Amino acid sequence: MEAKNVPWWRPYAAGALLGLVAIASAWATTRWMGKTTYLGASTTFVRAVGFVEQAVAPDHVAQNAYFAKEKVRIEWQFMLIGGVFIGAWIGAVLDGSFRWEAVPPVWRERFGPSVGKRAIAAILGGVLMMIGARLADGCTSGNGLSGLMQLSASGFLVLPVFFGVGVLTAMLLYRRRTSA
Amino acid sequence: MSTEHWLGLITGVLFGLLLQQGRILRYEKQLGAMLLRDMTIFKFMLSAVVVGMIGITLLVQTGQISYSHKALNLGGLLVGGVIFGVGWAMTGFCPGTSVGALAEGRWHAVFAILGMMIGAALFAEIYPTLQSTVLAWKDFGKVGLPELLGISPWVVVVVFAGVSAGAFYLFEKLGL
Repeated sequence: MEAKNVPWWRPYAAGALLGLVAIASAWATTRWMGKTTYLGASTTFVRAVGFVEQAVAPDHVAQNAYFAKEKVRIEWQFMLIGGVFIGAWIGAVLDGSFRWEAVPPVWRERFGPSVGKRAIAAILGGVLMMIGARLADGCTSGNGLSGLMQLSASGFLVLPVFFGVGVLTAMLLYRRRTSA
Repeated sequence: MSTEHWLGLITGVLFGLLLQQGRILRYEKQLGAMLLRDMTIFKFMLSAVVVGMIGITLLVQTGQISYSHKALNLGGLLVGGVIFGVGWAMTGFCPGTSVGALAEGRWHAVFAILGMMIGAALFAEIYPTLQSTVLAWKDFGKVGLPELLGISPWVVVVVFAGVSAGAFYLFEKLGL
């Protein structure tokens, strides 16, 4: 198993380094963009689908209050998420952990190898997750990482809700086979 | 590309590399946490937060950067938090990690990404309704926990770091 080759301190070290990156990023965005900008992810999905809708129905997007609020354009966070893809790919290729995977192994063990079944759950879950993230004005990055780093009251409130409900849902989904 | 674009891209590459090196992009790591078997994502996240909050607090106090709090909007946070939690467990990715997981070859992450784009489109349609209902319930504005409690930010930092250290000790002791 690959997991055995990963030293126990790795997640702590990678996390601590991300903390330094977040500090440097807050400073750099203030210095060069004039506004302190914190790590986040979910607004990018709004802009991405905004671009798709613009291609089909530009007037509809122009009249929509939420697209007007978040502005359908390629800005800092959009590039950040593009960068996440590149960075994760570089890491996975360099340490040899890149692997094509159609269904997560843990899921397969519980729900079988059907890609369709996995797709339905992931699409439905994705719909819910994004509606929830936009209602809460941030996901595990914006409200979690960045919210807590800034000591935001919203982060301290919403992160336990995210995780608590996640635990309940996961326990329900996986309850039939609980032996680890 | 503008300075803004370059800054986003470079920061994103580092973010993605560290998420990948921390091994938190995988479905099994995310579900592992939610099934309380593997706390890797919390080791990563709490480490990032403890280091980050020290630096951010220092930079804010010396006037070099400013906060950008999210509103303490109870309806949005509680209702949104519950809906997010259900979706997070169903997909096994959060918005940021889904993109990184795809880059690791876990191509089933496209389903989560597709779902999130549909969710974003739906949200944009129902936004006016939400604004006059869920989001209109109770909004305490963009506030930090220290101001809300009337204490120094450093008290929050020290307590948070202490609690995190305790959690790390437990995770390692219990082999999570």
